[in-house]
Amino acid sequence: MFDSVLLQVPILSTLISHWNYIIVVVLMMIGLFIVISSLNLVKKLVGLTLFQTSVFLLYISLGKLAGGTAPIITHSTYASQGEAVLYSNPLPHVLILTAIVVGVATTALGLALVLRIYTAFNSIEEDVLLAEKRQIELDDAKNKTKRHRA
Amino acid sequence: MTAFLTNLPAIIVVSPLLLAVAAVLLPRACAWGVACLATAISFISAWLLLLAYTGGRQSYHLGGWEPPWGIEFALDGASLLVVVVIASLSFIATIASRAVFFPEVNPADSQRLYGAWLLAIGGLLGLALSADAFNIFVFLEISSLASVTLVAMGGQADKRALVTAFNYLVIGAIGATFYVIGVGFCYAMTGTLNMVDLAERLPLASNLTPVFIGLAFMVTGLMVKAAVFPVHFWLPSAYGFAPIAVTALLAAVATKAPLYVLARVTFTVFGSFTTMTGFILQWILIPLALMAILLGTILAIYEKDIKTMLAQSSVAQIGYIVLGFGLGTSVGLQAGLVHIANHAMIKGGMFIGLAGIATAMGKRANLSNVIGMGRRMPITASGFIVCGLSLIGVPLTAGFISKLYLVLAVIDGGYWQITALVLLASALSVAYVWRLVEAFWFRGNGGETRLAENPLVYAPLWLLAGANVWFGMNADGLVSAAGRGADSLMAITSVAGVG
Repeated sequence: MFDSVLLQVPILSTLISHWNYIIVVVLMMIGLFIVISSLNLVKKLVGLTLFQTSVFLLYISLGKLAGGTAPIITHSTYASQGEAVLYSNPLPHVLILTAIVVGVATTALGLALVLRIYTAFNSIEEDVLLAEKRQIELDDAKNKTKRHRA
Repeated sequence: MTAFLTNLPAIIVVSPLLLAVAAVLLPRACAWGVACLATAISFISAWLLLLAYTGGRQSYHLGGWEPPWGIEFALDGASLLVVVVIASLSFIATIASRAVFFPEVNPADSQRLYGAWLLAIGGLLGLALSADAFNIFVFLEISSLASVTLVAMGGQADKRALVTAFNYLVIGAIGATFYVIGVGFCYAMTGTLNMVDLAERLPLASNLTPVFIGLAFMVTGLMVKAAVFPVHFWLPSAYGFAPIAVTALLAAVATKAPLYVLARVTFTVFGSFTTMTGFILQWILIPLALMAILLGTILAIYEKDIKTMLAQSSVAQIGYIVLGFGLGTSVGLQAGLVHIANHAMIKGGMFIGLAGIATAMGKRANLSNVIGMGRRMPITASGFIVCGLSLIGVPLTAGFISKLYLVLAVIDGGYWQITALVLLASALSVAYVWRLVEAFWFRGNGGETRLAENPLVYAPLWLLAGANVWFGMNADGLVSAAGRGADSLMAITSVAGVG
């Protein structure tokens, strides 16, 4: 009874009926923000994974139907002739299975790169890496002028 | 034999993907051979399909499942053109790659190297053929993860390549995820993923707002993948630090497939929403394309490192292609498609030539250490410059045909002011190509020693340089193929005029 009263309030009803999508957007923004703002490469990957996971949630929410079951034909489905049986759409789940594989591959490759970066630069903080990159460029320029003089 | 012929569209994509596994498993000495075999199969299949093509849209059902339920590979004028370009250029780049790879990459890695190489090519070919919006996401990621691995291989020579590869991975993943969000919105409103089916059902959607949000996400994601200004910034550093053979492959084909998908989404899938796509084309893509053209050209002029200079010029060239698409007319699309083919030949040739020069010198080529190269390596340097002339758009080269059709399309679209900008940028591109000519022939005292030239490098280079000249003089075939492509991209609009 109480929830039916709550649903009368326009903002609340939108909030409740679109709950999944709101969570999706919130997670998406958090993930994207971490990717952009954090300097640590592993944290960047965490943000990226969060961002991708929010999209998985978006697709899975699309497939879900309130009261829907798995689309498997059983004896009881045959028995309930005349009665409509609600099925959830299985396709988004399958798509997301593929997307999860892609996400795992991305994360694995990213972590492998972070490992290589750590052995090469001894750091995974972006500002340190940028400073070192600039130092390499300066050294290159210096060597060139030296060779010119020699 | 008939089974082979009827399954050609699948074989084009499957051959590099499957043989990538073979390249990793077989002994090290076989890796390059396997890569050549795989790309040769795709190359021959693509040309067989082109020769057998009679017009219209041919559909290939993967696994025999009928679209819109099953995944469909579609062959029409546009996809066929892009597939032929990608298959040909990756075959040529693969042949040239062996001679220039191993100063930069440890030969012990050659199996894994060619494994990733073939996966990248397979992914790009799949992008061009697939007519399923979600399938395209998967191919985008296959090609982009493999390209990241290839770029990271440059880390053995220069550790900065690792950081570049990481940034490329993150940007690429965000772009692909944006695309898949867009697909999700469209799927939510229509319940289909097949591109033609989407084109028919999107106008019938009960609420058009999610559809337009989906369009925005898809276009943004594809722009990242295609390195359209201002989300192009990963491209110059990725091309600059990758092993030079990888740069040759990526510069020739990697951005072409996402550009084609961008056109496919805007003109085929959203073909019925002419007001909305017209707005995006006119107020977003055309201005960004112009900025890319000017900025890429100017940065190329100030760049001393030749590899990065050519990468900056790629940004400008992508701008020309996007400008053609942005006009939104049939002739504009035609000009864009012509330039997709021509730019692949130009940049593929230039990077193969540069690879030959840098490998012979044993170090990165910049403007001061290539002095006298025209006398030290005459065959390679002259082939390189022929492609360079084509890049400028000198008459009798393929680049001239691109510029000609682009300028005609711009005038046809009524943007005469843009014509001036295009011509100005072409004139500016003379500046950086001329600096190369000057360094190659007109500086230095002429007393330099000759360097050994490798036929495995200059044969593919001259093949591409010859193609540039040949397509500059006999442009009819390519131009009419691009015209067919433009028609096929816009064809759906007339069929599904429901909205």
